[in-house]
Amino acid sequence: MSDKIIMAHGSGGKLAHELIEKTFLEALSNPLLARLDDSAVFDFKGRLAFTTDSYVVKPIFFPGGDIGRLAVCGTINDLAMSGAVPLYLSLAFIIEEGLPWEDLMRILGSIKATSREAGVQIVTGDTKVVDRGSADKLFINTAGVGLVPEGVNVSGSNARPGDKVILSGAIGDHGIAVLSQREGLSFSTLLRSDCAPLNGLVAEMIEASSRIHAMRDPTRGGLATTLNELAAQSKVGIRIEEEKIPVRDEVRGACEMLGLDPLYVANEGKLVAVVAPEDAEAVLERMRRNAYGKQASIIGEVRQDHPGRVVMKTRIGASRIVDMLVGDPLPRIC
Amino acid sequence: MEFCGGHTVTIMKHGIRQLLPPTIEMLSGPGCPVCVTDNADLDKAIALAGVPGVILTTFGDMLKVPGSRTSLQEARADGADVRIVYSTLDALQIARENPARSVVFLGIGFETTAPTVAASVLQADGEGMGNYRVLSLHKLCPPVIKALLDSGEVRLDGLMCPGHVSAVIGSESWEFISRDYGIPCVVSGFEPLDVLQCVYMLVSQVERSESRVEIAYRRGVRPEGNQRALELMNQVFEPCPARWRGMGQVPASGLRLNKAYQHYDAELAFDFDPGPTLEPKGCICGEILRAVKTPRDCQLFGKVCTPASPVGPCMVSSEGSCAAHYLYGVAE
Repeated sequence: MSDKIIMAHGSGGKLAHELIEKTFLEALSNPLLARLDDSAVFDFKGRLAFTTDSYVVKPIFFPGGDIGRLAVCGTINDLAMSGAVPLYLSLAFIIEEGLPWEDLMRILGSIKATSREAGVQIVTGDTKVVDRGSADKLFINTAGVGLVPEGVNVSGSNARPGDKVILSGAIGDHGIAVLSQREGLSFSTLLRSDCAPLNGLVAEMIEASSRIHAMRDPTRGGLATTLNELAAQSKVGIRIEEEKIPVRDEVRGACEMLGLDPLYVANEGKLVAVVAPEDAEAVLERMRRNAYGKQASIIGEVRQDHPGRVVMKTRIGASRIVDMLVGDPLPRIC
Repeated sequence: MEFCGGHTVTIMKHGIRQLLPPTIEMLSGPGCPVCVTDNADLDKAIALAGVPGVILTTFGDMLKVPGSRTSLQEARADGADVRIVYSTLDALQIARENPARSVVFLGIGFETTAPTVAASVLQADGEGMGNYRVLSLHKLCPPVIKALLDSGEVRLDGLMCPGHVSAVIGSESWEFISRDYGIPCVVSGFEPLDVLQCVYMLVSQVERSESRVEIAYRRGVRPEGNQRALELMNQVFEPCPARWRGMGQVPASGLRLNKAYQHYDAELAFDFDPGPTLEPKGCICGEILRAVKTPRDCQLFGKVCTPASPVGPCMVSSEGSCAAHYLYGVAE
């Protein structure tokens, strides 16, 4: 057998069947997938949450994760942010020919481990192989469905003046960990991506309070962009305190060196929750007992004034606007 | 006045102006290497990127800066091979990996950047690399401050001297300002407390009617600077007249490759036509860089000109005055 993926693996012929039956089914086995019908068929009762995302991270392996873990966590987290319990995922690969077999197996292993950790099943999938240059090693798309429990109503437009803003942990780890591995920008750091499935944490939060009004995971665009989205959607102001936002020294240092702002750097295992003030402490306490919420803190509150705007009290006691990310953050000259 | 764009960002980002009494007014100076690059020079870089066989390597923040007609970002979308590097060593590596292509490094920056570019030329020379070139648009800080003060357009009570530039050239390089112009000078670091300490030291000098050069950034700057960096710079470059946006030509304020290393000069090595220079209509970046106007005086600010669709360079660069005012503007 070849040690890399070739065009024939995506042709629908014999090699493609081998790839699916020997590799994918073995790795991800579950009864719904094993039927190998054109679509997965399952019973469902209740309110459905449905989401999709594509993953094109470069490099595909990075400290603390890989594109497979990312593809599972990203979609699970999008479901969880709507208050849904994630159940089933689809998994579609676009593979550039020449991808080492070993890399694909590592990524499948990571998908298996992550979906098991999160308690979701991969019930349908697809594989395409494209010629060299038409993709960059591997692109993955996942879609997911989840069940929104009775009485849960979490939405970006539900933030109300007086609510507390809770952040689940230190920001910027994922973006800086990935950047540290980029071609032409290798700096050594012990930093690892925070890539993690947050559905367990969210379930516990919802158990602790029925007054979680909004949740969102600050991925691309970082915390600043997420808070701006919430402020705009709910037509409220948000005021945060710089001092309360946890940032690791490694992240702060790398950002300074590169001319980036941690507020705009991507996270893959963090969430922002907007919670009624009377429940904020209970939610916070519960979060801190979960491995993915140990460093959770209340970073600010929702205000009636300056609707649509995020304002931050700086470390030295002044205040400034925190805007959305504009364009791609590009490292500076000096 | 804070000369350096990095200081402007610290001041805006932390809201330092709000904390100072109204008697202290902070002016932003021309210390942003991206911003002061003249359109004619930008056009050269863009034209070079279009020369067949050339790989243009550049620091990231030059990519979006609009020249007379287009930007490097647009040139790249049109097929030019423009690559972002994080250090000159990356540019050398690209040159090693592409022996059949010419790799040009876009040398923009002040005395902070020039020594690393000099080192890359020496490294290329040592390896006998024939396909590495530099478009040297480096600029020197003391001559432009002198030009600014000589113009008489701005009256300063104190100068916050650049931290990283001073780490290379030494705080002694500013002695002429306190001596000849009677203006207190303090070299500052980039943390909010560095800046506040620097303001305090400047005010103290004013109150005592003194004018001296002091350092509020002792962990980074020595009076004599970094001798090794200066040697590298002097070995490869020589001063030349340079065009600054908003200030025109300033004598001996730029760096070009000297005779011994002229064959690394991209401007001499290639035949290219940058076309006629055009200035964006209504943009007052030049006056902002001279500190005679502020971003809020500009009619385009925040309306036509935003970081998403910048008209002038001061809105593009992460150290640009307009970008800092736009991104970190006062909340209330």
